[in-house]
Amino acid sequence: MIEVKNLSVDLGDFLLKDITFDVKQGEYYIILGPTGAGKTVLLESIAGLHPIRKGEIWLNGKEITNLEPERRGIGVVYQDYVLFPHLSVKENIVFGLRLKGQPKREIEATLNWLVELLNIPHLLQRKPGTLSGGESQKVALARALSVKPAVLLLDEPLSALDPGAREDIQHELRRIHNRLNITAIQVTHDFEEAVALGHRIAVIGEGRIMQIGTSEQIFRQPNSEFVARFAMSRNIFSGEVRDGDEECAVINIGDVEVAAVTDLRGELHASLRPEDILISTEPLKSSARNCLHGVISRIDDRGSTLLLTVTVPPEFICLVTRHSFEEMGLTEWKEVYMTFKASAVHIF
Amino acid sequence: MSHGVLSVRRVSANKMTITFALLALVIMLFVFLPLAKTIFSSSPTMLFDSLLDDKVRGAIWLSLYTALLATVVGAIFGIPLAYILARFDFPGKRTVEGLIDVPIVIPHTAAGIALLFVFGRNFLAGKAFNLIGINFVDSVAGIVIAMLFVSIPFLIDSAKEGFKAVDVRLEKVSRTLGASPWQTFFRISLPLAWRSILAGNVMMWARGISEFGAVMILAYHPMVASILVADRFEEYGLDYARPVAALLILVCLVIFIGLRAFAYRGEKT
Repeated sequence: MIEVKNLSVDLGDFLLKDITFDVKQGEYYIILGPTGAGKTVLLESIAGLHPIRKGEIWLNGKEITNLEPERRGIGVVYQDYVLFPHLSVKENIVFGLRLKGQPKREIEATLNWLVELLNIPHLLQRKPGTLSGGESQKVALARALSVKPAVLLLDEPLSALDPGAREDIQHELRRIHNRLNITAIQVTHDFEEAVALGHRIAVIGEGRIMQIGTSEQIFRQPNSEFVARFAMSRNIFSGEVRDGDEECAVINIGDVEVAAVTDLRGELHASLRPEDILISTEPLKSSARNCLHGVISRIDDRGSTLLLTVTVPPEFICLVTRHSFEEMGLTEWKEVYMTFKASAVHIF
Repeated sequence: MSHGVLSVRRVSANKMTITFALLALVIMLFVFLPLAKTIFSSSPTMLFDSLLDDKVRGAIWLSLYTALLATVVGAIFGIPLAYILARFDFPGKRTVEGLIDVPIVIPHTAAGIALLFVFGRNFLAGKAFNLIGINFVDSVAGIVIAMLFVSIPFLIDSAKEGFKAVDVRLEKVSRTLGASPWQTFFRISLPLAWRSILAGNVMMWARGISEFGAVMILAYHPMVASILVADRFEEYGLDYARPVAALLILVCLVIFIGLRAFAYRGEKT
């Protein structure tokens, strides 16, 4: 268990102040916030790599606020891997083990365990410069896990990867977390990533923590304009994905089934951009696979555009221009149809 | 239309390239001609004869090892300073960086005088060192500190750039993996900055060997090679100075080229 109490960190231009949160043993904790919110510095402060102004950090009942990073047992994985370029993959992974002066047999055993865990036996003799992004991040993970840290800190570990590798590493992270039951804190600016991986999410912005809760709580009951903007910019649902007809998959959400294009199956999440939903007062004839019938339950005026909340249930957030809004004569409690393509539904 | 603009540009770029190449040729000749002429106008027998001269051999050897000593001392004290300058921000950092480079811009005879005022027999550091039997006037120790003073900026600047190029997060990761600051320095920072540090050491050594002004003020004797060249020229004239000069140039070239090849081995250009 790790507790951060009233932490204040200097970021040069501004201050990260009164950061308080606690992460339970084995929890996957997400710190979600926009770029430049000081997320990396917050992680580095927890690891002892960045000086803090005031506050305390406790790990498993012991205060570690002023402990040197090498004594904390907190591992770090950065967005862009930060592998030691002069060492081979194998030397990178065993770096921490060699420092501990472990006997060769034990080092070999740990190395084999990590290589098997991440499935990277073919990379061992390579130099970091020759690896792909996904491979590099696996090596960085293996290196961080080698010293069996009490807490693993992940700084946007998926952000530098191309989409394929992203999915792969996200899957690895979830698998490794389930298998090792390690306490993990990950920072990200990506709401989908947060929903897919995190048990709980802390939304950070304007120099402080804005809200802490499950993804459902953050999404359904944002406590501020800031959180709402950050979380509600997308429709996010969870449900079971199974085979549909004609090569499409379907996901059950609320009372409806939505068609999506994906190879994934099982209990997953779906996201849909508000601007990808077409609003009409009559059912549309089009090639789009999804056409849902609902009632406008809320209207948010944003000037030239408006955000409509359409309840089916569940609730969908849709974006319309002022022009079409007025042309269709939309009002609250009016019945509308929502049309969107199966390919606009992102399953993750 | 846009194609026309492009082709005009290309022509003028070509003219520029030719002009630059011609100007470059002039400065290259300016550097190479005197060196080549000095080396080739002394016949091999003359070079061999001066190599047999104990005084010449002794002076070249003295130059090589006093400059090496200065480099070793410079590395021990200069590399930590370079690391601090690369990694930390503190008030007055700019001033420190400026001061480090002062020896490059002042006349080296003036540097020698300045050194004499601290390390001379009747001055502060001179007296202190005298107690442990080290005397800086007309001695090997004097040559070493003269070379150290005028050539240390090359080492510090080069090492500083080397450390700056090492991502500080590599050091951070090393710490989280259990490495102490010392272990991190010797296993991560130093190996990764090694090329720049070596280049700085080579530059410092070469600069030390070629030093004349400051050494002349502090320690005319024992004679290092650069002073011997000047001494022969003053006493006997050009013909006597030339073989010694040629030898000194040759020795420096061999060392310099050799070390560069070693430092950049395996690197694609």
